Amino acid sequence: MTDHSLQKTGHLQSVVQDWSDQKQAFHVPWGKLMMWIFLISDTFIFSCFLVGYMNVRMTTTDPWPYPSEVFALTLFGKNIPLILIAIMTFILITSSGTMALAVRYSHFRDKKKIAMFMFCTAALGASFVGMQAFEWTKLIGEGVRPWSNPFGAPQFGSVFFMVTGFHGLHVSIGVLYLSIVASKVLKGDYDRKNNYDIIEIAGLYWHFVDLVWVFIFAFFYLW
Amino acid sequence: MDHSVLAQTGNNQTRNEQAMADQHPIGVYLKVWILLFVLSSFSYMVDYFDFQGIVRWTLIIIFMLLKAGFIVAIFMHVMWERMALISAILAPPTVLLVLIGLMSSEANYTFGTRIDHLGQPEAAVRIHVSDVHAGEAAAEH
Repeated sequence: MTDHSLQKTGHLQSVVQDWSDQKQAFHVPWGKLMMWIFLISDTFIFSCFLVGYMNVRMTTTDPWPYPSEVFALTLFGKNIPLILIAIMTFILITSSGTMALAVRYSHFRDKKKIAMFMFCTAALGASFVGMQAFEWTKLIGEGVRPWSNPFGAPQFGSVFFMVTGFHGLHVSIGVLYLSIVASKVLKGDYDRKNNYDIIEIAGLYWHFVDLVWVFIFAFFYLW
Repeated sequence: MDHSVLAQTGNNQTRNEQAMADQHPIGVYLKVWILLFVLSSFSYMVDYFDFQGIVRWTLIIIFMLLKAGFIVAIFMHVMWERMALISAILAPPTVLLVLIGLMSSEANYTFGTRIDHLGQPEAAVRIHVSDVHAGEAAAEH
């Protein structure tokens, strides 16, 4: 949230103005700043996983499995490559859209609409986790383990369980977080505080989970 | 925002929220939403039509960066923040480029020593899932 009492200046001047003040440098609610700091640290955690994946994939002398075939599903008698992951991607993007709408309605303090869109988001997130559980079950049934798999380099399994597991954990925690905030919205807790910032803060977390999936989708599933 | 002032004048916040609501018309979110759908379909098409080599990697990276950019700029509101916060958010992750550079050069070295000392395994050809299933079926008979 921007403080509109601040002078509108050029970008560089605004940085100088903010950092040379003898007060706060970031003109946003403290909770939002803390969420950003958490998200930056989370960025580094996921980056370490993905860079580690890059390293094992570049160093292995075994052939890497074809993700497109490993994650194929047979639907209506046809074998469609990577279809489950594509559906999961669309679900997560849709949930980001409903979350953006919830944040927008938080500016109007429209409790019913906020709660409705947040519960929608949580439900989409839960279905994402459900599909991930299905995917794990399918792969474990086919003999994929963190230390070996029938399709090629054993590192494939360890990267798969580590990266998607950690991302799935983030989605699950997000589903809980959004459900709790949404029920508090309905109870009117934020009217009593006269502060609806938490919707935007929860939204940041949820969009971040979607953002991480964009990178996992590109580097792990498509590469 | 100065919180001591805010506590005294609660209306201040409502006014800011109203200003924000005017600033982000619903159409922006819907357009970005559709755009993300289209970009995701494009990245899926890269796999479906089985592009390979440099074309595949370029397309994957372009669609990924576009999607990430729209999520961060519009959905996470970074576009509308002040420059001090934008740089605090975007500057630290850029050091990751150094990590990627170091680790890829180290990975090339490790791969080289593995080839030198262990030799290239004979079965370095990528395995198709259908071959694995065919092998299982044959083993059962």
